[in-house]
Amino acid sequence: MNEPAAAALEPLGRAAPTRDGLVLRIRRLRLNGMLVGGTIMLGLVILAALAAPLLTPYDPIAQDLNSTLLPPGSPGHWLGTDNFGRDEFSRIIYGTRLDLQIGFIAVLFPFMVGTLVGVLTGFVGGTLDSAVMRLVDILMAFPFLILVIAIMSILGPGLKNLYIAIALIGWISYARITRGETLAARNLEYVRAATTVGCTRARIMRLHILPNVISPALIYVFTGMVLAIMTGATLSFLGLGPQPPTPEWGAMIAEGRQFLLQAWWLTALPGVALLIVGVALSLIGDGLAERR
Amino acid sequence: MGRPAYIGNRLLLMVFVLFGVTLVIFSMVRLIPGDPAFLILGDRATEENAAQLREQLGLNKPLPQQYWEFVSGMVTGKMGTSLLYRQPVSNLVVKRVPVSIFLAVYAMILAAIMTLSFGLLAALHKGRIADHFIRILFLFFITTPAFWLGLLLIMLFSLRLHIFPVAGYGLTFQDHLRYLFLPALTLALGLSAVLIRNLRGQTINVMRADYVRTARAKGVPEGSILSRHTLQNALMPVVTIFGLQFGYLVGGTVVVETIFAIPGMGQLLYQSITARDYPVVQAIVVISAVLVILVNLGVDLSYSFLDPRVTYE
Repeated sequence: MNEPAAAALEPLGRAAPTRDGLVLRIRRLRLNGMLVGGTIMLGLVILAALAAPLLTPYDPIAQDLNSTLLPPGSPGHWLGTDNFGRDEFSRIIYGTRLDLQIGFIAVLFPFMVGTLVGVLTGFVGGTLDSAVMRLVDILMAFPFLILVIAIMSILGPGLKNLYIAIALIGWISYARITRGETLAARNLEYVRAATTVGCTRARIMRLHILPNVISPALIYVFTGMVLAIMTGATLSFLGLGPQPPTPEWGAMIAEGRQFLLQAWWLTALPGVALLIVGVALSLIGDGLAERR
Repeated sequence: MGRPAYIGNRLLLMVFVLFGVTLVIFSMVRLIPGDPAFLILGDRATEENAAQLREQLGLNKPLPQQYWEFVSGMVTGKMGTSLLYRQPVSNLVVKRVPVSIFLAVYAMILAAIMTLSFGLLAALHKGRIADHFIRILFLFFITTPAFWLGLLLIMLFSLRLHIFPVAGYGLTFQDHLRYLFLPALTLALGLSAVLIRNLRGQTINVMRADYVRTARAKGVPEGSILSRHTLQNALMPVVTIFGLQFGYLVGGTVVVETIFAIPGMGQLLYQSITARDYPVVQAIVVISAVLVILVNLGVDLSYSFLDPRVTYE
């Protein structure tokens, strides 16, 4: 068992709450700068998403045609307003909800399916493995974004179809990562011991292999979330995502594009929000990877 | 296994993947829920028009025959007729492929320049200010979506500073270089962000190797150590990553060509998708997949030239 897992299993009340005990316990988590920084950033973003109605006095889709295209720093609208007089800050904060949701949901299904496929193909091998790996070869030949766009063009625009399109391709990374780990774990002693005492293959896969091979895939989840959020924003930007007036960052950038000269903030600010989320998730992913 | 046998195997796999790719595209359009003819024409189309469109697209023929015509059309260049432009798909595509390739190669050259200079700079100044600066800067580019970066570059360099044109392609070669600079830079920044990271790591690893120390002890000039001993060995994994990232580059052209109004394949794909022009969509998706397959084949084969020790097993 790896160290952080052991630390997590330690009964919480036992160590005396001395300064040394606390330092030791924190050290056992093997935090690093990237991990801490990323987690704090992501925490703030999630907080902003949850507290959206408290943070913003405006309805994100309420139009106010008397105060359109106000620049940032205007009284009452510190990030300005768009061409319909909607408060830019409110829209960005509410957009956090949608974009985070895209990030979470769009990795959930690929992660589950991908890891299962990876364990199954890696452990069982044979024809099943070859067949799935050839399918992977075929799907990997397509540029990711082009295949997603093509699928969306057939399914039609919208959030649900966005999830389907990303899921149809997203499982591949998780399957490849987990399969590699499983191939390495398959011949280890604890697996052979389990076989010897008569565990069924399903039980070995579920209780012995899966818990031991899942962490690289879990770490990849953060990269996958960045990819999903960026893809989602790109598709919304191209008009294939959630439809207006829903506040979504990619769609907001697309709307702001018509006012590049008069209102730079409509294009620039939602992108900054995307960047903050992207950097936060990347830092967590890199920090976790470095710890291994 | 020698090189010819390896290449033979690799080509065989490529043919299989190509078959799979065409099958995926082919079934994608046929799996559309409902009648594709009505989907293209809209709900208010008459049955007569729909029947005519089915005839035109060959959707009324048996599936194996449809597939055969689709694949042989791809090979011979008879890729059907565009519903939007009412001219052969091959005509449309032939005009646009060179534009996209120009953009992609331009982006690759810019990415290579940035990767080599910043990657090596960071590795040689490991842990110092230059290294931190480069790492943090390109951490941002790794997570910056291309469409946003492109718009920012337009705002800064075109609208405020008036250095580069806002959009378009130009007529002469010099024009192309000027018009496509910002689009190529947009793609190159995202691409090199990944590559710089890799080259930095690889270079630092190789510099620690015993043979580099030996070379230094023998008095080999530092420049030669860097180019002959370090770079050649550090570049191999970077080339692999580049192969994997090529798909990103091709996908990126859709976004970038749309933003900068460049008449390439990406822009055509976007227009065709909006217009439900499926014959064009099919053709472009297949072509882009073929490009990715070929580049990855090239990357695999390039190993033996970059590293003479590689024998194909």
